[in-house]
Amino acid sequence: MTTNSSMLTLPVSDRDHVQGSATALVTLVEYGDYECPYCGRAYPIVEELRRITGDKLRFVFRNFPLTQIHEHAEIAAESAEAAAAQDRFWEMHHALFTHQNALDAAHLVQYAKRLGLDAALFSRALGEHTFRRRVHEDFLSGARSGVNGTPTFFINGMRHDGPFDLSTLSDAIERAAGSGKMSGERTKISEDDRERLDSKAKEN
Amino acid sequence: MSSSNGLTDSHATALKPGIAAPDFRLPSTPDQSVSLREFRGRPVVLVFYPADWSPVCGDQTTLYNELLPEFHRFDAEVLGISVDGAWCHLAFAHDRKLRFPLLADFEPKGAVAREYGVYRSQDGFCERALFVIDSEGVIRWSYVSPVGVNPGADGILSALESLAPAAKAMEQ
Repeated sequence: MTTNSSMLTLPVSDRDHVQGSATALVTLVEYGDYECPYCGRAYPIVEELRRITGDKLRFVFRNFPLTQIHEHAEIAAESAEAAAAQDRFWEMHHALFTHQNALDAAHLVQYAKRLGLDAALFSRALGEHTFRRRVHEDFLSGARSGVNGTPTFFINGMRHDGPFDLSTLSDAIERAAGSGKMSGERTKISEDDRERLDSKAKEN
Repeated sequence: MSSSNGLTDSHATALKPGIAAPDFRLPSTPDQSVSLREFRGRPVVLVFYPADWSPVCGDQTTLYNELLPEFHRFDAEVLGISVDGAWCHLAFAHDRKLRFPLLADFEPKGAVAREYGVYRSQDGFCERALFVIDSEGVIRWSYVSPVGVNPGADGILSALESLAPAAKAMEQ
């Protein structure tokens, strides 16, 4: 089930939070919401994808908070950006996705302290909504690119329609990498891995 | 919901740009109704969707609700339409905190969807179809998505932008 209409309109650049090499064969961009349960399910899947694809994959996360249905989505997104200002984006990203039921300001400050951030600076950024504009830029770039819910993935700029389980995403990434360019062995998922992740996804 | 294989007959039958949008009057609540004509003078985004209560975060109405401020920058009104009844819409809108009207194309079932050429008679619900209607009541853009694929908002935003200069003026 694919459509070719929707493509990433804002190219990956210095403004983005990126894991992996700029020369990776495949770039996976996720538009996500820290309070969205589906994004929470996608989190360990993306982590596993990064592990099995190694340096073939570059991963980018952008904010797409659905603030009307998720009370804490906006402040959680701003807190990730506030952490990024102190070079701890991915650590906060992890904290948020592993504590989706505790995303109020008090908890966010706790996570910041635990990560060794300057808590006063962090709290001020949340209080003053320093990163609201940045989060909104992400959101609008997603809306312009055909983000249709959360999470929405783009693989080398094309919207990935359909399921985001490990095997579907890794197959799509492998296709994007092109036959021969990417070792099948490295991306092949063992049955054990698959079962473990699928059951993890169900628990969420 | 039936599986989607991309193209359906509605791609051929959906009303095309340049055609005057057929007027209609549909219930927006159990005791109120709205007509398309009431919105003359402003762009209207008609959002036909198969059913209330699809999964939360991937839901089209949730997305458009979140994007209402953007649509309002173009002075555009968003109207959702499905074959669900007004009471069902009311519960759904309340649950999702929707801030735009959901119209009940309930009796005769799917009559408006049929007029716009986006009814799936084999399924008993309408396509995921979008129409952007200009302030004169003329369809300026339409799109039928595979029924399983939420089309997002990029096409709507581009279409509204192309309705300039009125739209551009709103941006100031």
